[in-house]
Amino acid sequence: MDNAFGCEAVVIGGSSGGLNALKKILSGLPEQLPMAIVVVLHIAPGSRSYLPALLAQQAKLPVLSVDDKQSLQPGNIYIAPPGYHLFIERDRCFALSVDDRVNFAIPSIDVLFESAADVYRERLIGILLTGANHDGALGLKRIEQYGGAIAVQAPETAESSQMPLAGLRQTKAALSLALDEMAPFIVNHVQHKGTL
Amino acid sequence: MRNSLNKTTEIQKHESKWPTESVAHEVGENDDIQLNCLILAIEQKYGYDFSHYARASFKRRIYDALQRFELPNMAVLQDHILDDAHFFKRLLDRLTIIVTDFFRDPFLYKALREHVVPYLRTYPQIKIWQAGCSTGEETYALAMLLQEEGLYERSLIYATDINQSALDKARAGIFDLSQVKKGSKFYFESGGKTSMATYFHTEYEYAAVSDALKKKIVFSYHNLATDQAFGEMQLILCRNVVIYFDRQLQERTFSLFNESLCRGGFLSLGAKETLSLSAVYSCFDCADLEARLYRKKMFFEALSDG
Repeated sequence: MDNAFGCEAVVIGGSSGGLNALKKILSGLPEQLPMAIVVVLHIAPGSRSYLPALLAQQAKLPVLSVDDKQSLQPGNIYIAPPGYHLFIERDRCFALSVDDRVNFAIPSIDVLFESAADVYRERLIGILLTGANHDGALGLKRIEQYGGAIAVQAPETAESSQMPLAGLRQTKAALSLALDEMAPFIVNHVQHKGTL
Repeated sequence: MRNSLNKTTEIQKHESKWPTESVAHEVGENDDIQLNCLILAIEQKYGYDFSHYARASFKRRIYDALQRFELPNMAVLQDHILDDAHFFKRLLDRLTIIVTDFFRDPFLYKALREHVVPYLRTYPQIKIWQAGCSTGEETYALAMLLQEEGLYERSLIYATDINQSALDKARAGIFDLSQVKKGSKFYFESGGKTSMATYFHTEYEYAAVSDALKKKIVFSYHNLATDQAFGEMQLILCRNVVIYFDRQLQERTFSLFNESLCRGGFLSLGAKETLSLSAVYSCFDCADLEARLYRKKMFFEALSDG
């Protein structure tokens, strides 16, 4: 599928309750998508992550755990490993770090969102899900500043509303969407030549 | 001069206020240009080359430094760096010290016992290189493992790092008791055979590594970005160091390791670092994928096929 003018990547962040929310979103996505999807969910460092395997059961797209310097490919879903911050570099590859926690979290959603905004600018979608802290809100603001598309899980539908509320406070025009509206929101940002 | 002294005092006041909260730094449109200038300035003044560090994480560390030292932008930071070598040293600590734990990733140490120890036993003299040893936790963990396998007396561990203050701390071998306690849990998960306490003298809130565990370790300066290979190692460990490098510097580092290993020698990387993207990958077999433990081939394909 050609996507000459649409968004190149989707970054999604969530904390408590995020796994169920994410399952719903990913299961709604089609078998092919000309964007890379990158996910940070807060989980304890040191835990062996079963997230990619769990999510692979729901998603039609391939779900991968990130290795350092791996290239982002459209149509793949990438999950941040526990205990590392996840960055996206200019050459569209991942980089990891074991630096201090940000917002008490490693991986931190702000770290991913801010580095992704730097690289993709307006060709990026940022989505902030349920969570009981404010990680990701400043990252969402950064995406908005660069002209990317942003949405939060509608706070009244979130298991913990603090994170989407913080996202709404920090930004001017974040959409507040129910979980079943997220996949169509993403797919609508594909723009091949025929759609113009 | 008076001016820079004043700045230093101002800066020292804020030393302890390293932010753990996310930084609401305003991004300037010239930040990428200023960052390039900053990297060039550091290289020309002090000889540290950060031009092939992974840019996104390096940039974030610089933003954190701006916040910490309450400086408005990178141009001002650059002036401080050029004016004040003492300031630069403190910045360098933040840019290059990697936080680690005793027996971080316990499964690695299990893999070392299973795959590497039997191989090391076949050598009368064992040479090991820990590249990017930081403050020494992983180096001492390795020494404990060798001790328990009866190999320590015939081993020599070269532990290197780019950061002198990290090396000083590693050499001193004095750690917070809480760090050692945290490590004890990992120690048992890693297959430890006695108790971590036997390797330390404890006093108040501190634990000092015993001299017996220090005697076969040489801590020294080495810069993976600019320095050359070490000779004929049986094992090289370099964990969570190359994540801070770009692909080009990673490639340099991996070929340095390839040159420094004997045939059949092992390379241990961080749990999310991979050799598979490198040109030297064909010279290695993967001994344990989860532990990211690779083994240099005894013979290269063309030879063994013939």
